[in-house]
Amino acid sequence: MSDHSPRPGRPPTAADGQHPAAGAPLPADSGPHADALPIVPLRHYGQWVAAAVVILLLARFVWQVATESQVRWDVVGSRLFAGAILQGLWITVVLTVVSMVLGIIGGVLLAVMRISRNPVLVAIASAFVWLFRGTPILVQILIWFNLALFLPTIDLVFVRIDTTQAITPMLAAVLGLALNESAYMSEIVRGGIISVDAGQREAAEALGMTEGRILRRVVLPQALRSIVPPMGNELVTLLKETSLVSVIGAGDLLTKAQAIGSVDFTRMEMFLVASIWYLVLTTFTTLMQAILERRLGRSVSGVSPGESAGGGGWLGRLLRGWLPTTRTSTPEAPATATSAASPTITREQR
Amino acid sequence: MIRASEPPVIDARHVRKSFGDLEVLKDISLAVRGGEVVSILGPSGSGKSTFLRCLNHLEIPDAGTILVNGSPMGYRQHVGRLYELPPREVARQRRSIGMVFQRFNLFPHRTALENVMEGPVQVLGRARREAREKAMAELDRVGLADKADAFPSQLSGGQQQRVAIARALAMNPSAILFDEPTSALDPELVDSVLAVMRQVADAGMTMVVVTHEIAFARDVCDRVVFMDQGIIVEEGAPEQVIEHPSHERTQRFLARIHTAPGGPAATDGPAATDGAQP
Repeated sequence: MSDHSPRPGRPPTAADGQHPAAGAPLPADSGPHADALPIVPLRHYGQWVAAAVVILLLARFVWQVATESQVRWDVVGSRLFAGAILQGLWITVVLTVVSMVLGIIGGVLLAVMRISRNPVLVAIASAFVWLFRGTPILVQILIWFNLALFLPTIDLVFVRIDTTQAITPMLAAVLGLALNESAYMSEIVRGGIISVDAGQREAAEALGMTEGRILRRVVLPQALRSIVPPMGNELVTLLKETSLVSVIGAGDLLTKAQAIGSVDFTRMEMFLVASIWYLVLTTFTTLMQAILERRLGRSVSGVSPGESAGGGGWLGRLLRGWLPTTRTSTPEAPATATSAASPTITREQR
Repeated sequence: MIRASEPPVIDARHVRKSFGDLEVLKDISLAVRGGEVVSILGPSGSGKSTFLRCLNHLEIPDAGTILVNGSPMGYRQHVGRLYELPPREVARQRRSIGMVFQRFNLFPHRTALENVMEGPVQVLGRARREAREKAMAELDRVGLADKADAFPSQLSGGQQQRVAIARALAMNPSAILFDEPTSALDPELVDSVLAVMRQVADAGMTMVVVTHEIAFARDVCDRVVFMDQGIIVEEGAPEQVIEHPSHERTQRFLARIHTAPGGPAATDGPAATDGAQP
């Protein structure tokens, strides 16, 4: 559809002075000028046909489902706010938030380790990412849950922990989700850090800032612009991934929905209840992400870029870095450009 | 103006630097005294920017020492040996040398005022109130007090560079290094930046300026250094080096600059062509 969207009417130019019907260019003074003639836009008949076919097929399918399926919508409606469901919803939200916060902290740590000059730290962080990104999250959750099977006690130098006691379904869920999330977040954070202009670090160094301060005050705030969009995707993905912990009965939304559904044979109704809540949560998350992105973009993209012509603004400077440095040969960077080219590191479909 | 009786603020001795097989700096020595304004001229790739970046250890020289106010940059001298300093100590040393970059490098997520306050608050540990007053004074000095709340993206290149100069000044450095401060600017914005630099020089700041602006070097600087292919070819008073260069390479470089149609900065490569190819 988008490939064939109608183009806006091309403004008539001098080249249009040549009348196509004549076969050869006419003398300039014969006949009216092209810009005086009415323009007949191209009709996209194919698009109308395609849209009609798709709508018809879809309508027929919906009708068939509506008339023949045995979903009891009244059950869906009445169970939507059932106590157990709301409890599960709460667990899902808590799981998501806790795992995400831990994932961000872990991700920043891993990213800093990976860009450090210490080869041991680089290797450890790389191995961590390789391991936790390379195995399915479901398997990781199961391994954490069953840890006691092959590691009855955990020796943390100063404390010994009885694994069977310690690893509750909830803890196994958090461990699995947070560690997995750290691995993904570290790549996103690292991409964001790399995307910050090297001159920023130099300017901070020249002021006499220390490494930690440069990271906190200069690099990370700017990296945030390219980190937030993929991070929003991560949050949505993580939100849905929490449903995996239903396999270990961690009491999340899906666990509760399945529990109710299998008791009184309303499985499908309860799946729909869960789906509705997941949709509500992801929609909310997406909206928050959009608001956050707009706030972050404010200082950098310039609310009123009216005056940026001279220096070319932030992006202009970035572009200039790739262009010859001599003044006379430097073309003006477009002042209206909206976003910088940032590495898009998105999680592959899972 | 030049405080000749004191030891030099910057004293670079036998500095060498290579990038891979390419030797960029071949034994460069240069002393800059307090209050002195030195400009470094030379064709692109002559090593002048690299040398400047060595002075505050943005680049670490392969050999040679750089004394800043008498102490070796990046090292601690102890019984005849130089011990490499940890990054924190190097950062401390850098406080006394400001730097202004070709591409300004203002922090885009902070306003002009916040850019100027950042160093004093974060590095020198000044109180925000005090730092704000000082920053406003510095912005006023570069003629941009009314732009204090503007973000860099809302400022022209010339204005951004003047904020960058204010940012350097706010640290009360003993010297400021300028790395081609006007080369990224449109021609009509160059003069405003040069005027501010002239004013800073007149106020007695020690300055090392890598530039293509011959007029600035001639009118404002106490000394001109001409570099080519990693060595100092010639140095001396501006009238001597610029008006009566003794070395053939200097003569060739200056001749090209004077005859180039697009002004001094148009000398690097085929930039001055106006589509007049046959």
